[in-house]
Amino acid sequence: MPEPRIVAYACTYCSYPGADLAGISRIKYSPNVNIIRVLCSGRVSAELILRTLREGADGVLVLGCHYGDCHFINGNHRTAKRVAILERVLEYAGIEPERLRLEWVSASEGERFAQVVDEFTETIRQLPPMKQVLA
Amino acid sequence: MVSVGQHENIEILSYSQVEEVAGYVGNFKVRVRKKARYVDADLCTGCGLCQEKCPAKKIPSEFDGGLGTRTAIYIPFAQAIPRVPVIDRDNCRYFQNGKCGVCAKLCPRGAIDFEQEDQLVELEVGTIIVTTGFDLFDCSRVSEYGYGTYDNVLSSLQLERLVDASGPTRGRIVTKEGREPESMAIVHCVGSRDKNYNRYCSRICCMYSLKLAHLVKDATDAEVYEFYIDMRTGGKGYEEFYERLQEEGVTFIRGRPAEVLPRNGKLVVKAEDANLGRLVEVPVDMVILSAGLEPRRDAEDVARTFGLSRSADGFFLERHPKLGPVETASNGVFIAGACQAPKDIPDTVAQAGAAAAAAMVMMDKGRVTLEPSIAQVNVRLCSGCGECVVACPYSALKLVDGHVEVDETACKGCGVCVGHCRSKAITVLHFTDEQLLAEMQGALRTLEVA
Repeated sequence: MPEPRIVAYACTYCSYPGADLAGISRIKYSPNVNIIRVLCSGRVSAELILRTLREGADGVLVLGCHYGDCHFINGNHRTAKRVAILERVLEYAGIEPERLRLEWVSASEGERFAQVVDEFTETIRQLPPMKQVLA
Repeated sequence: MVSVGQHENIEILSYSQVEEVAGYVGNFKVRVRKKARYVDADLCTGCGLCQEKCPAKKIPSEFDGGLGTRTAIYIPFAQAIPRVPVIDRDNCRYFQNGKCGVCAKLCPRGAIDFEQEDQLVELEVGTIIVTTGFDLFDCSRVSEYGYGTYDNVLSSLQLERLVDASGPTRGRIVTKEGREPESMAIVHCVGSRDKNYNRYCSRICCMYSLKLAHLVKDATDAEVYEFYIDMRTGGKGYEEFYERLQEEGVTFIRGRPAEVLPRNGKLVVKAEDANLGRLVEVPVDMVILSAGLEPRRDAEDVARTFGLSRSADGFFLERHPKLGPVETASNGVFIAGACQAPKDIPDTVAQAGAAAAAAMVMMDKGRVTLEPSIAQVNVRLCSGCGECVVACPYSALKLVDGHVEVDETACKGCGVCVGHCRSKAITVLHFTDEQLLAEMQGALRTLEVA
């Protein structure tokens, strides 16, 4: 079985530095994830998430700041609403909603970043490859 | 304050309210309502004759916490700037029944003008500093302490007025009956660190309670008991002051009182002394409630007017708790003092200085540096639904002629609007859909190879 491919969208002010911290702290985490930086998790549109899955990603991780910590005041609240709806859309379309996950990771949570990534990779590993779903 | 009032480059609009702020950094247009004070400020010399002769004398003075009285035409407090009185319509006999007008008859300058109306002033300013301060917690909300029920339960600000040499008792600390108290309890954290009211620590109460205890010890022979949860005396010289108070013989009891009850002409403070591990009942003559600080009642309106956000506790939110302590989400609008969070005088002065300097830097430059990544609208695709206008955390978008326009000075480029746009009409430079999609495809490809 091929290794799962996961795209993570991380916000500039919390989650991306969180990932950085995981790196500089030499914390090991699953190599199945590639991170794309966005200014705010609120930028991650429904279309972007769906296109990512359509391109064959096995999972999409959206990472933002904890509530109250968002650099852009309340961008993450918008993300939370959007992801909740999108999970139901995925289910309706016959795609496992587990493939999409929203997590809050702060800039000081390098360890948590690694944990989230590892856990998510394990979850995705239990699912059939996206290529099979799309075929 | 006097030197500010006389400064040639400073104009004070007192008794005024900002009604609307339009424009953006460097080009704010501010509409201010100067409320009618019924006294012509240009004619008035501040002699105070009107105040002296006004027949409506029995009005509780707000400045004295209701302990003293004022007249219907009055200067709120001795150092008020400008030194021009205001007429309190609700208590003025002329406004209530058309008779009186004593002040108008007596004023040597003819400055009293009952016909005066509110004035609207339009200002053009480059930067704004919001320093609207705080409201004191209303102690009567904590009913178990009996504030407002028992005469000798006072708020800390009322005691502050009693110790003031120019206050209602000329500096004599006395009970309602006019006696010097033999004992006094000071209750900390009233309305602070209490999930029934405010969870935050109001930060200044420990120190002002110590100061008041010191002044009471100095002026009277009273025994002083301080009931505290934790003593928070962080700050230069503060811990030393706390130690000094211990040496001065103030009794510190660790425990938040459960209630205050009258018994045999005294007030009994019931509490658990956590250090002794037992219940205590302390009979005293006066109980002082160290009231916490709260956001101003109108903080929500002020926040809307100036485009500020508020933190969960209701105080105005700074741009960043460490790196942007005086800036706000609105470019060119700064905050300082207790409107941002409870803080003491040294911290307030420091923050105010920082805010003034930050505003000066901006104006001195004469130009602002914008974020490279800001939103851009494709007018041909925009349907004008307004979803993004609602979503924008910075109010940087507005509907103009059926499509959305971006205020480039207000936009911070977060892209929440992009996430909301159904017509793909809005994008954020350097984070366009094409760029992110290309990045995503690249990411997937590298994972495939791996």
